[in-house]
Amino acid sequence: MKVPAPLAMLAELTHRCPLSCPYCSNPVELAARSGELTTEEWISTFKQAADLGVLQLHLSGGEPATRRDLTELVKGARDAGLYTNLITSGIGLTEKRMQELDAAGLDHIQLSLQGTDAEMADRIGGYRGGYDRKMQVAGWIKDIGFPLTLNAVLHRQNLHQLPRALEMAVEMGARRIEVAIVQFYGWAMLNRNVLMPTREQAKEAERIVAQAREDLKGTLVIDFVPADYHSDYPKRCMGGWGTTGLNIAPDGQVLPCHAAQTIKHLNFENVRDKLLADIWYQSDAFKTYRGTDFLPEPCQSCDRKKIDFGGCRCQALAVAGDASATDPVCVKSPFNEEMRALAEDFSAEETAEITYRTAAG
Amino acid sequence: MIAPNAVPYLPRGVRLHRDHVRDRWVLLAPERTISLDMIGHAIITELDGSSGFAQIVDRLAAKYDAPAVQIAGDVQQFLGQLAERRFLEVRA
Repeated sequence: MKVPAPLAMLAELTHRCPLSCPYCSNPVELAARSGELTTEEWISTFKQAADLGVLQLHLSGGEPATRRDLTELVKGARDAGLYTNLITSGIGLTEKRMQELDAAGLDHIQLSLQGTDAEMADRIGGYRGGYDRKMQVAGWIKDIGFPLTLNAVLHRQNLHQLPRALEMAVEMGARRIEVAIVQFYGWAMLNRNVLMPTREQAKEAERIVAQAREDLKGTLVIDFVPADYHSDYPKRCMGGWGTTGLNIAPDGQVLPCHAAQTIKHLNFENVRDKLLADIWYQSDAFKTYRGTDFLPEPCQSCDRKKIDFGGCRCQALAVAGDASATDPVCVKSPFNEEMRALAEDFSAEETAEITYRTAAG
Repeated sequence: MIAPNAVPYLPRGVRLHRDHVRDRWVLLAPERTISLDMIGHAIITELDGSSGFAQIVDRLAAKYDAPAVQIAGDVQQFLGQLAERRFLEVRA
């Protein structure tokens, strides 16, 4: 196959974060502050990404506002010609800092929502006062006029708050909401018993989203990430491994997706050692699962092969024990029955306790 | 439907960008990249923030030597789709 240039890059500026959400997508082994890329290294990476064909840059973390040079990084990204999106909990942003980000050319903000009231949000985020601060930040976003996407992360504990989350998005003036049911990677894997939605909840969420899309047409665009374990077919993970997007870890490792480090036999290159273009086109980590040649049956003869590329490699490894297997979400996977049983069992654990993400060193 | 006097414009966070690597014009928007063909690009570059829908149609009709009625239909459809996805705003 001819390898396309990447369209999007997620820059995990740091793993440091004041919150400790139990579904954090960072790896369980967090990168230390001392190993983080410097301002110059990040800006060089942004330029290389733009030359490579990346159009959209997502500045994420951890909490990207934890980086004192955030404004400088935004400016560097805009100077490189990238559409620059900040993915934040809001904690660490002040009105003054946001005005600086505005002047630096920040294109868009994606604000995470852990719950629709302080009690829920602060319990899930593990940070008292976080919700009130976030509401203050939402006000500044509106005042300054940043385009906003509200990112509601939902799971068994807070799925009943979905209708209110939709209302809040409209009240905040968001043009877009991401209704994302937790995907089980990183810290979320340790919390499947706390977070796994019930099948009824997953169905109800689909119904609410379909209705809201009708009611809010032209007002609020809704992107929906359904409950993975309760779906019949796997997601088109990363738009195809090594074909659409890439991630940069805080220490400069270049990953095909944010969970790729769970696949231990892959060797990830670093922007400190190699050019981004060489890593994208030449490195084994990107080549190994690019395309569909590596896929076994039932994928090879399946007419959905080019739709979902066999789903997610990390999930195949986590549940089926083999990163090149069919994603067990798929009804055709030999591990699908096991997947469904896991979903049932985890979602029925009423007394489970949260394992919070720990702090990055 | 966009009224003849209404002014369509790109809101903050949606911008035209030359994609040199793929040799095309795109609209960059939150989490989305919309590839523009020649017609799409011609329409977008007419959005100056002050011209009304009818004026935009007239200019395109003159430029491409096509009947305004036909152009109006195409522009209405193109801009309508952008507005529905919140990539376009319309000032009355």
